[in-house]
Amino acid sequence: MSSTTYTPVSLPAVKPARASVNTASRVAADGASRSGVWVAIFAITMSFMAFTSALFVREGTAVDWTHLTLPPILYVNTVVLLLGSLTLVMVSRVVNSRALLDSHEVKAVMGWLLATLALGVLFIVGQYIAWTQLAAQGLYLATNANSSFFYVFTGMHILHLLGGIAALVYLIGQLVGSHSTFRRASFQNTAIYWHFMGVLWLYLLFVLRTKL
Amino acid sequence: MQDASPAPVQVHGPPTTFLRKHVFSLDHKVIGLQYFGLALAAVTLGMVLSWLMRIHLVWPNAAIPGLGLISKAGAPGGIITPEYYLSLLTMHGTLMVFFVLTNAPFAAFGNYFLPIQIGAEDMAFPRFNMMSFWTTFAAFVVLILAFFIPDGPPISGWTSYAPLSAVGSDAGPGLGWGQNLWAISIALFCAGSLLGALNFIATTLDLRAKGMTLMRMPICTWAWFITSCIALLAFAVLLPACLLLILDRTAGTSFFIPSGLVISDRLQPHAGGSPLLWQHLFWFFGHPEVYIAILPSMGIVSHVLMASMRKPLLSAKVIIYSMLSIGFLSWMVWGHHMFVSGMNPFSSLVFSFPTLTITIPATIMTLIWLGSLYGANIRMTSAALFALGFISMFVAGGVSGFFLAQPSIDIYLHATYFVVGHFHMVMGVASIFGVFAGTYFWFGKMTGRMMNETLGKVHFWVTFIGTYCIFMPFHYLGLVGNIRRYSTFVDDFMGPLMPLHKFITIAALITGAGQLVFLFNLFHSRFWGKPAPQNPWDGTSLEWSIPSPPPWNNFGDVRPVVYHDPYQYGVKGSKGDYVMQDSPEQVVGG
Amino acid sequence: MGKFFAVVLVIIAVASAYPIIAHKYVQPEDISTHGHAIDEQLSDTMAESGFAFLGAQFLLAFFIWKFTNRKDGTKVSHMPGGAKVMVVAAFILVGTEVLALGVFGQKAWASVYFTAPKPDDLQVQAQAGQFAFYFRYPGPDGKFGPLHPDKIDEGNSNFFGLDPANDVEARDDVVAAELAVPVNREVHLMMHAKDVGHSFYVRELRIQQDFVPGLDLSMHFTATKPGKYEILCTQLCGLGHYNMKAYLDVMTQEDFDKWMKEKISEQ
Repeated sequence: MSSTTYTPVSLPAVKPARASVNTASRVAADGASRSGVWVAIFAITMSFMAFTSALFVREGTAVDWTHLTLPPILYVNTVVLLLGSLTLVMVSRVVNSRALLDSHEVKAVMGWLLATLALGVLFIVGQYIAWTQLAAQGLYLATNANSSFFYVFTGMHILHLLGGIAALVYLIGQLVGSHSTFRRASFQNTAIYWHFMGVLWLYLLFVLRTKL
Repeated sequence: MQDASPAPVQVHGPPTTFLRKHVFSLDHKVIGLQYFGLALAAVTLGMVLSWLMRIHLVWPNAAIPGLGLISKAGAPGGIITPEYYLSLLTMHGTLMVFFVLTNAPFAAFGNYFLPIQIGAEDMAFPRFNMMSFWTTFAAFVVLILAFFIPDGPPISGWTSYAPLSAVGSDAGPGLGWGQNLWAISIALFCAGSLLGALNFIATTLDLRAKGMTLMRMPICTWAWFITSCIALLAFAVLLPACLLLILDRTAGTSFFIPSGLVISDRLQPHAGGSPLLWQHLFWFFGHPEVYIAILPSMGIVSHVLMASMRKPLLSAKVIIYSMLSIGFLSWMVWGHHMFVSGMNPFSSLVFSFPTLTITIPATIMTLIWLGSLYGANIRMTSAALFALGFISMFVAGGVSGFFLAQPSIDIYLHATYFVVGHFHMVMGVASIFGVFAGTYFWFGKMTGRMMNETLGKVHFWVTFIGTYCIFMPFHYLGLVGNIRRYSTFVDDFMGPLMPLHKFITIAALITGAGQLVFLFNLFHSRFWGKPAPQNPWDGTSLEWSIPSPPPWNNFGDVRPVVYHDPYQYGVKGSKGDYVMQDSPEQVVGG
Repeated sequence: MGKFFAVVLVIIAVASAYPIIAHKYVQPEDISTHGHAIDEQLSDTMAESGFAFLGAQFLLAFFIWKFTNRKDGTKVSHMPGGAKVMVVAAFILVGTEVLALGVFGQKAWASVYFTAPKPDDLQVQAQAGQFAFYFRYPGPDGKFGPLHPDKIDEGNSNFFGLDPANDVEARDDVVAAELAVPVNREVHLMMHAKDVGHSFYVRELRIQQDFVPGLDLSMHFTATKPGKYEILCTQLCGLGHYNMKAYLDVMTQEDFDKWMKEKISEQ
């Protein structure tokens, strides 16, 4: 008799039985949540396009456009954020091919998820440090157009990253407890979103570097 | 141990508590009705504001009873001040465009019927759906608050141009906390709409029943789907714009405010900003927004027309492709709101071409609707009256757009009542007619009781004739150069036009009173209307295959299977001259 | 109900078109050199729109009359040609209209915005501020003094923020509350916004252009008939927007010279 406990992957949470609907709806629901993530990414991209065009137009009319040297910690933060994508890839290698996870695998997944979470938080802390460094130079939100855009771009990115962090916390919560389940689709969606946050940050960093 | 046969998954279970049933519902049908109720409240308030504006224009010294209590500063003794007129104007536009025209045809009916029409049990993300309604509701509350703060609502119009809207209270009354509340409200509205649009798109793409290919979706479903794609991208631009506006107002940034402005004898502490940036961002959202307002009504009207005339449209595919091209072109035309704004005049020419081109799909659709009537057998119900009225109104409103699309003519007509006539005809009348058509058509399905047809017809005639009487004259006023957004007409020039203005005001008050018939019909029918059969109009789409009102999970335990498109009218079906989408019977003839 | 609907529709369509056809509401007389092209564009568009409007409403009325509540058992039929005819018709009708109006409309627009200013044009600067227009002429030296917003002092009639004490060119600038121009002479109007967005609109001149804070905009026009014409603000600028106007006073060159002499002596 084995004493190993298995954590099912992609099973729905254990809840009282309801009226029957065939399993097509689970697959459909997973498909919908995948579409949902991509639609959200599309919308967020559009928002940042709006911010970008604001930057271009504002530069055109500016009397006060100067040059803003990016605090070097931004590059460190970039690496931190991208590492978070790597840790999620480590999770996907475990989770994508299995229907059940043994306790070692659960521990591994939990570890990588926590690592991603930590990296995300570290990124935000690092961004905050960048802000304090700018403030120390007397560059605040309203100081000039360049500084305004710096704070707006980085602030908006952090705001959206917090959404990804919330999703991570939710995933980690799913693994905790004796009746733990782990929806593969939820994980994959979170991972897609997280990778997008990295790509978005790279784009923003490029814009900040070349335009500010 | 194995994955046991996966437990059948519901999107959510049946609601049990009062709160879950009626307040924080996850059910798309309840949410749709909540949006409808919100839109109803907004349109009633917006209409009352328009009455106040019209009364003030022709009887400037009229004391409105009670108004002095709401705003001591804005309407002392009930007499509307110039600034309060502008506040009423701003709130009227904001309420109508956002809380009525985006909520009613799109969020209300779309939420209710899109899942049903594609054969789904609910929207893809019921929790997001609930959040989207309550966010929109919060936006409404925040906006209304502006009426009750001492300085009053903002006076910068629903378009809220910078720097007037950005510099704060130096620029005038209502531009302090009033404008802040406006910006926060609209930002919240954007968030709610984005969540809603997300839901519509994911649901349409992924939750269609077996056999429900994209081309078998009813035209109104297509309209909601296209609208949600537009809304997703449009509101994603307005939200950043509102955020930047809030920063300029509260954090001292200068996105929209240049240097050297002297307002109320104070040199404003900003520099380098661009007022045109606000206009570009706003209208990049604002033009697609008006298509968000009209496309669902076009879809609803197409849907109602077919059931009413007992034949399919000449080509549903052409209608759908036309809506798609309108959606596509809508992104390229925003500069036509800015022809004389000071932007590069070459840009004005560039924008005018896609603007004129949009006439083509709009004309195609109108000709298809008209041509489809040939050989029809129209059942003249209230819904049909409004659907046909829509065609008339859409033509009337559309032709004036033709003038405004040309920059050289716009030099003369910009900012006159001609523009006001144009957008009221298309948005304030045509789009609303789509909402009325949908209401009379679907009320029975949603509530289990039919609306009174006689009252519906009375409502139609008052509204149809009344709105022509109100808004057609706006074009004449514009042609002679009557400027808009003026709280009072002080020039001798205006003297001869006052009788026409009086005519408009009286028409507006009568038409407004006519809406009471509609309100009465709504409430009376809700409780005492004739019980609604499952398919009162002999319709073919899936909403007519379920009870009135539908159960919490729409189709019960059955997953519908679809065999046909929804255009099987005028054919020999087992139930009559139509075949329903979920009926496996073969289509004979037609 | 169908027949009633059709009749009401026809009445409404005719009633709507009547004031236009009877020229009851027309733009005031054109006193500009470029306005003729605009007016022609407007009446061409009106003709085509009128045709489209009446045609569509009559067709709708006719179909409603004929095809409502027909005898029981009548079979529905389809329009010959189907959707294809409609699509082709739309493309041809609208396509040609659009192209024609768009292409020809360019000329009217270009005459306003893309023609180079004449070398001997009269330079005037207009300032729009809550809630009045002021106009500045360069004076005998032909130069405008710089503007200093911090020096604006309405109480002492320093509307533009001039500093004659320190700026030589500002000393002879002529400031007036009306826009006086000589007839048949091109005017180059430079537009400065003092506080928020405003707009400059003279119906008879067929001219409308926004003042944008922070942007140096200008436009030019030539008035062809003496008289007093309203200049209206057409961009919502605050509570006094409805009352913000000035007058364009078009005079003979003689009268204008006299006016200018008077103004110079007043400064």
